[in-house]
Amino acid sequence: MSTLSGMLTRISDTLWRKPNLLILLLILPPALWLGIIYLGSLFALLAQSFFSIDEFSGVIKYELTLKTYGELFRPSNFDIIVRTVVMAIAVTIGAAIIGFPVAYFAARYARGKWKALFYLGVMMPLWSSYLVKVYSWKLILAKEGILNWMFETLRLGWLLDAYLSIPIIGGNSLSVSATGTFLVFLYVWLPFMILPIQASLERVPHTMLEASGDLGARPYQTFRHVLLPLALPGVIAGSIFTFSLTLGDYIIPQIVGSSRRFIGQAVYAYQGTAGNIPLAAAFAVVPIILMALYLWIAKRQGAFDAL
Amino acid sequence: MTSAIRLSGVSRHYGAVKAVDNIDLDIAEGEFFAMLGPSGSGKTTTLRLIAGFERPTVGEIQIYGEVAQGIPPYKRPVNTVFQDYALFPHLNVRDNVAYGLMVAGVAKYARHKSADDALEMVALGAYGNRSPSELSGGQRQRVALARALVNKPKALLLDEPLGALDLKLREQMQEELKALQRSLGITFVFVTHDQGEALSMADRVAVFNEGRIVQIGTPEDIYYRPESPFVADFVGSSNVLPPRFVAPLIGRQVYGSLRPEAVYLADQGHPAQVTSVSFLGTATRVSITVGDVAMTMLLPKGAAIPKAGDTVQVNWDDADLHLMAAP
Repeated sequence: MSTLSGMLTRISDTLWRKPNLLILLLILPPALWLGIIYLGSLFALLAQSFFSIDEFSGVIKYELTLKTYGELFRPSNFDIIVRTVVMAIAVTIGAAIIGFPVAYFAARYARGKWKALFYLGVMMPLWSSYLVKVYSWKLILAKEGILNWMFETLRLGWLLDAYLSIPIIGGNSLSVSATGTFLVFLYVWLPFMILPIQASLERVPHTMLEASGDLGARPYQTFRHVLLPLALPGVIAGSIFTFSLTLGDYIIPQIVGSSRRFIGQAVYAYQGTAGNIPLAAAFAVVPIILMALYLWIAKRQGAFDAL
Repeated sequence: MTSAIRLSGVSRHYGAVKAVDNIDLDIAEGEFFAMLGPSGSGKTTTLRLIAGFERPTVGEIQIYGEVAQGIPPYKRPVNTVFQDYALFPHLNVRDNVAYGLMVAGVAKYARHKSADDALEMVALGAYGNRSPSELSGGQRQRVALARALVNKPKALLLDEPLGALDLKLREQMQEELKALQRSLGITFVFVTHDQGEALSMADRVAVFNEGRIVQIGTPEDIYYRPESPFVADFVGSSNVLPPRFVAPLIGRQVYGSLRPEAVYLADQGHPAQVTSVSFLGTATRVSITVGDVAMTMLLPKGAAIPKAGDTVQVNWDDADLHLMAAP
């Protein structure tokens, strides 16, 4: 017993005298995990994208080439990229517009029980299975679904039909339209937008808003010149989630939406039955590059200055 | 004397808590007015009522003859210097100062020029491009001042503006604020819990306690002629003497107050027990008990200093014993 406690004391004494050793011990496991498992597979993926596939034999040629990246710019593939990026932008903007007031209310007005209720309301959708949520949305949006029924009951069926007849965003019913895909994306990723915005709004002192009003700013000017710039790091953090999650998802567009493919579905299809790992890898690199570009622009625009 | 800010029967209640309770106040144009009181006495809430951040539960507020009810803060001709300064961290010092002009639609060049002039006035002319986080507390305080004054308010509201500064800087800023107010000639309403600050700077002082104004007057009034034991104790750190102590001396059942510097050691007088002695530099503070009443006396430099436990004789001039009708 005494030798054990004596040993423990010696260890703590050593660690106290050599704080860098402690830091090294703490950081080693996650560093190994990130370095080997995560970054390793990422580089493996990156390397794959520089190989190509022999079109006749379907065998991967292990020679470095940019041919596969060139294929991304073929109209059919490029359409997939554009469609995915537009969807990701739309979902991000939609989530920011809906999420901001919710986050503002939670940060500024909700106290005690109401705050707990807010967290519960925002987080609860994250507890249930992702697939269950997506399928229930398919039911809501289907031709026989509750949304259609509501429009019919309110004698607004013609409005929904007119909307669905718009090309690109429309379709036979909401559940097989790009609008349906958008709504489900919006619902599923919304918590990831609300929580970072709320966290950033919590850090804006109330006197900041009072000072703005005191200096003559109308409420929308206070929002535009003080609240939004100070909450921008949170909005950016949230948009990183919504943007990248939408870019990478392949299940939602599969279940709800038109048959037009998204990047995630393309990756899934090419690495699966098609066996075209290089093209799948090249597709998978696209979101990474887009995110890097996005963060670089956000930083240059001073989005993180208030951090 | 034109009235700048007038409060009539103003109250602000939060549920059962009466933060401000039936206040009447008349602040004259060009006056340096201090609102003094312990924390939670309602002085800051009163300032926030004037600025428009809070709405009165009952009562009327007039700012330059205009009823302020229903007028939002951004339309009131007053500006505030906040206790935490509330400088915008995402704007540099110049843009902070120019903020009021920016939202009013003043062109960039003109507002930057006005901002630089205002910064010059508070001796920070060279700091326009700095970020607020690069400034010291005293400098931030000046930026907050410039940011409020650049809008040419009719009245400037200051919420404990010197509270976060160290003693030396605070004394320097007190003088600067006073000089600034004199040269600008606009009304200053100043909230503080520091009685020395209120007395040295203000033309008039309102003493707050528990949501009410217990006395309004010149610093001399407040200091020499407190109307209640609370004011005597809070403002002058005076010795408050209960009626049972005062009655045998003058034959009336009233409270009395006696400033510590008015009590002196004498050959003949009231026997007193010395309980403790503290050296303050310019004077020495001696705590004594006279009968069963605790008092403090301030002995000037050079006086003979008793030791704790000594029995001494103390006295005071009758003129210095101030009587208070209020309980």
